[in-house]
Amino acid sequence: MGNEQFVVSLLVANHAGVLTRVSSLFSRRAFNIDSLTVGETENPELSRMTIVSWGDDYMKDQIVKQLQKLQDVKKVQLMKKEKTILRELLMIKIAIDKEQLPEVKEAVATYRASIVDLSPEAITIEITGETPKLNAFVDYMRQYKIIEMTRTGPTAMGRGMYCLEND
Amino acid sequence: MLLTGAEIVVKELVANGADVVFGYPGGSVLNIYDELYKYSDKIRHYLTCHEQGACHAADGYARVTGRTGVVIATSGPGATNLVTGIANAYLDSTPLVAITGNVATNMLGRDSFQEVDITGITMPITKHNFLVKDPTKLAETMREAFRIAQSGRPGPVLVDIPKDVQTARVEYDESAPHPACRPHDAICPDAVRRAAELICAAKRPYIYCGGGVIKADAAGELIAFAEKIDAPVGLSIMGLTAVPYEHPRFLGMVGMHGRFAATKALYDSDLVVAIGVRFSDRATGNKAEFMQGRKFLHIDIDAAEIGKNIGATDCILGDVKAALKKLIEALPTLRHPEWNAHIKSLKEHPDNSIDMDPQRLTPQSVIEGACRRHGDGIVATDVGQHQMWVTQYYQFKKPRTLVTSGGLGTMGFGMGAAIGSCIGTGGKRTVLFTSDGSFHMNLNELATAVTNNLPLVVIVLNNQVLGMVRQWQSLFFGGRYSNTTLERKTDYVRLAEAFGAKGYRALTNEEYEKALDEAFSSDGPVVIDCVIDRDERVLPMIPPGGGIGDIILR
Repeated sequence: MGNEQFVVSLLVANHAGVLTRVSSLFSRRAFNIDSLTVGETENPELSRMTIVSWGDDYMKDQIVKQLQKLQDVKKVQLMKKEKTILRELLMIKIAIDKEQLPEVKEAVATYRASIVDLSPEAITIEITGETPKLNAFVDYMRQYKIIEMTRTGPTAMGRGMYCLEND
Repeated sequence: MLLTGAEIVVKELVANGADVVFGYPGGSVLNIYDELYKYSDKIRHYLTCHEQGACHAADGYARVTGRTGVVIATSGPGATNLVTGIANAYLDSTPLVAITGNVATNMLGRDSFQEVDITGITMPITKHNFLVKDPTKLAETMREAFRIAQSGRPGPVLVDIPKDVQTARVEYDESAPHPACRPHDAICPDAVRRAAELICAAKRPYIYCGGGVIKADAAGELIAFAEKIDAPVGLSIMGLTAVPYEHPRFLGMVGMHGRFAATKALYDSDLVVAIGVRFSDRATGNKAEFMQGRKFLHIDIDAAEIGKNIGATDCILGDVKAALKKLIEALPTLRHPEWNAHIKSLKEHPDNSIDMDPQRLTPQSVIEGACRRHGDGIVATDVGQHQMWVTQYYQFKKPRTLVTSGGLGTMGFGMGAAIGSCIGTGGKRTVLFTSDGSFHMNLNELATAVTNNLPLVVIVLNNQVLGMVRQWQSLFFGGRYSNTTLERKTDYVRLAEAFGAKGYRALTNEEYEKALDEAFSSDGPVVIDCVIDRDERVLPMIPPGGGIGDIILR
């Protein structure tokens, strides 16, 4: 049984404590978790979570079934890779001097990132995309002095009519 | 009508059929207790000596009645004292609603006096829990709590109610509808058809029956199913009592301390029909060996149990009773004469005998002596060797007559559980088998039994040691008895008398029989101290992680 990374999308009740219930389930059941994102949906009563986890088929099966048992979880879906759009947001702040600015701007253009803050000492770049693209961008930026960075972890949505509906 | 939160809590208890509750008052639940005082004609509250005892009592009450047990405790230590009891109910899937008070909402999170985050603490050991901050949500939360506790696979639910929510006055609609439990009796016809095919193709079918059968009140269907497919029944500890001991299909408990025939027959089978079980490691031992060479058909109400511990060939999801009915309908009558001849030979095999020396006072003579008198009455146990001996020697006749801590293995469960069980049967005589180790954990509840004059027969299998741990130390730790030799000076006869109960001591079978005569003609609680040998072992034993080849028989 091979391990692989997979994405689980959830619709959950939008009230206090739900995030704790979900994350504590992962630690209690010894499930792996790479990232978790959560935010409100078009329906203020529901939030949507995207969890990136890894493991074998047993893990996948148990994660879905155990999540379904939580009272606050309305819908759980193991996302089909080929039908899923994954996006992650990253902000990175690097120290640069004036001469370096043109080459950094070129990198920003190449990666379709954008500059969201510029000061005499530092430049802050925002980039969204799939995780490998973000990793590549971070690797490229390592030639400069990275002051700090933050990333959201991927959020996911199905393509076309492949949806996560609350039924 | 405008009511206080506390009155809403009590009104909802009544509306949800909770006419018996267990608990212990305190600062943060004073308002609820004040309402209990007013509603004492509708709700009988039993005061225990400790919140843990109250929680085990609610658990025992739920197990014998099939209803939801209710326990009330104050904030802080009152709430934390419930934790073991809640975990116990969670592991054994007992429907339980625990109500705790908490400090006022504006005091939450400030480490106020007697404040703990009990919803945080109990999150992993409840089906769900609530911290009610909005008094207008209290009534529906109470209803939800009962619905969740009872629906699907039952379990404990905790409702934490801050003091100001109890005192707030809000509009209460008595006639608001109660949320319906989602029915689980819709069984997929295709799953039934596939299951029937598996069963028809099997030559050596074996039924492994668990606590789900008891919870679903499906013992009748289970036996009819066993007759129809001509298969023997092995049971998990939680499944015991589903099939009477004397029934020809009964093999006994499976697993670490199961009967030889029950475990061996499972290993000789080609199909295990597992019904309402979760394949605890104590039952399966070495999983690879356990699974090798046979198929598994798993029937359970909880989808997450399918494939959790044992990979199932196929499954039927849903209420066990409904599933068995459908299966019985779908199946022709099957006969397996050769297989059953083999089962008979296993049951008669010398390795299946667990008889002890009839001359001495042994665990066997103690348990069988009580069994002869107690018939189909309720039996509660604590945890350890005595518990295993009860599973082996007690001849259960009716479902829901064994109240034991199966999953969590809670020493100290017995006294509270026996009290709750006794109350649940309307005050019928209840036998508690305990030990000098377990009894010492919660013997304070003897006071509760005396106060309520409950006909409890507390049989202490007294071997002066922590017997089960000692047994492991003998077998796996070179006889180094680290901290398991108790040799306490407790005089159980005088202890019983000090609490206001009767006490007897038995060193021989004759003394024991005499004490039983007294105990079974007595109205109130009785303690019988049964002095047994400290090196009496629970056998057979399959060492942890072992298979049938590793079984220790003598």
